[in-house]
Amino acid sequence: MELTKKNTNSWSRIGSRATFGTVLYSIAEEHEDLIMLCPDTSTSAGLDRFRKKYPEKYLEVGIAEQNLMGIAAGLASEGFDVFTSTFSPFQTLRCCEQIKVNLGYMKHKVCFVGLASGVVLGKLGYTHCSIEDMAIMRAIPNITVVSPADCGEVAKAVSAALEHNESVYIRLTGGAPSPKIYEEDYDFTIGKAVTLKEGDDITLMATGSMVQVALDAANSLSEQGLSCSVLNIHTIKPIDKEAIERSCANSKLIVSIEEHNVIGGLGSAIAEVKSTLRNAPPQLFFGFQDTYDNSGDYGEVLKRAGLTAEQISEKVTSWWQSEA
Amino acid sequence: MSDKNIYEIKQFAWRQRRRILEMALNAGADSSHFGGGLSFVDIAATLFGSVMNYNSEDPQDPSRDRFILSKGHGVLGYYSALAEIGYLTDEELSTFEKDGSFLLGHPVIKREKGIEFSTGSLGMGLALGIGVSIAAKRRQRDFKVYVVMGDGECNEGSVWEAALAAPNMELDNLTCIVDRNKFQQTGSNEEIMALNDVASKFKSFDWDVHELDGHDVEALYQALSSKREAGKPRAIIAHTIKGKGFSFSENDNAWHHKILTNKLYDQGLQELETQRTELESSWN
Repeated sequence: MELTKKNTNSWSRIGSRATFGTVLYSIAEEHEDLIMLCPDTSTSAGLDRFRKKYPEKYLEVGIAEQNLMGIAAGLASEGFDVFTSTFSPFQTLRCCEQIKVNLGYMKHKVCFVGLASGVVLGKLGYTHCSIEDMAIMRAIPNITVVSPADCGEVAKAVSAALEHNESVYIRLTGGAPSPKIYEEDYDFTIGKAVTLKEGDDITLMATGSMVQVALDAANSLSEQGLSCSVLNIHTIKPIDKEAIERSCANSKLIVSIEEHNVIGGLGSAIAEVKSTLRNAPPQLFFGFQDTYDNSGDYGEVLKRAGLTAEQISEKVTSWWQSEA
Repeated sequence: MSDKNIYEIKQFAWRQRRRILEMALNAGADSSHFGGGLSFVDIAATLFGSVMNYNSEDPQDPSRDRFILSKGHGVLGYYSALAEIGYLTDEELSTFEKDGSFLLGHPVIKREKGIEFSTGSLGMGLALGIGVSIAAKRRQRDFKVYVVMGDGECNEGSVWEAALAAPNMELDNLTCIVDRNKFQQTGSNEEIMALNDVASKFKSFDWDVHELDGHDVEALYQALSSKREAGKPRAIIAHTIKGKGFSFSENDNAWHHKILTNKLYDQGLQELETQRTELESSWN
């Protein structure tokens, strides 16, 4: 799927969820065996038009996520290209063992899309937020975990997942409208991080909604005289070891930023690579500090967790002043 | 249905029990799920020995009927049936639960050997069966899907998610057989979680329900080959005896997972011999 100024503009207006539905609609025709399963979430996934136009490619399974993943695997075992989608907590934790056994252990390939991951639904409370999904999905063998940085990357990830050789969890974050990282086409390869900015002192490594925050933080750090690289790590598993090794060789500090618990997600995946290296630089972890905070407005919840560009650049600056 | 066919299914089941005795002995101190494997032998014999379509040359023939052992611990009844139709050799059976064997204590997918899915985590097979049944419908293929569940397994909530969905999806190519042996790991269903009238439960979910003696292969055959009710999946509640076939294991839940000693193996052989004589004289 090629990115243009026009489609990225339109997608960033509608946000990641509606982008997913729109993209699936646009590729449905060319994929004869594609089938989309939803547990009463077609509207939430931006799939109303898809459902109307392609009833033979749509399957409603009701609010039963364990059943969803079993049916998905059964269809995949017969050669269908299966997508499933619901809100992230229900798409991952609610049916975790079905994912393990059917997709991980048996390797039936399903692309499963977690809507509104992170804390964008903060006002609905933590039942509907998802700060554990990357950690848990990452621990299941034969599952790829992708966390797109913007809506254009959602489109790229959906196409790539369809062609990928194993199950892919696509984690959608951010609201609508949502910031645009990419305005024109670029090379998206599952497992390959993308360098968005080059700098000498620090590498900010971010995923999903936090990539824009990392870019903003890098700008503000450069005003403090700190030169930052920014890496979009859109694939949490398999993690891009080479990119992390390169960054470690060229930076004095690594900063990981994720809209996820600091346990088990991007920061952990980076640290797992880093810990194998001699003389690797230290790492600051930005994310949720293993708590279920009071819920609330998206921006407010991020702020309380210290996940704004301003807060991050302040903390990084003060670390730099005292430690570097 | 000829008497000969019934006789052949019974012979099929007898040979399964003979192999099961061997496998259980081979498993040695690792022990095996003896009781729940034996309770569905007559169901497996009716399916594999008569009802199901399969290609003896090609276990992956796209037109084959699909069998899913949702109660994955029932492997003894499954592997012995696959051996009987020529998908597994006796040599392979002798590796059961041995280091490096593909025949583990719960089935691990190996389609070229006829093992359709990996199961063992209870409550997952019916959803898989639904997916496969939908695939058949959408591709306009005639094959049928058979799922065998345990009654203890019906404690799992996911069973009922699937039980609700299948009639909604009008999957009349799907059959779910509940091996109603009335025991689960640590006690009777009543002691652990009573299932009560499971037939009524499926009926109220709008399944086409048949309730029968799960060791009566003629009744099984008739239910399994009866005309399907359009738009309805079929549930067969098969009342069985856990450990069926051997006096020492029948209805004794200690045999859920237990070591078969040499002494009991010899006794089992003798009992099988008696059963064979009775079976043959019933035919002659």
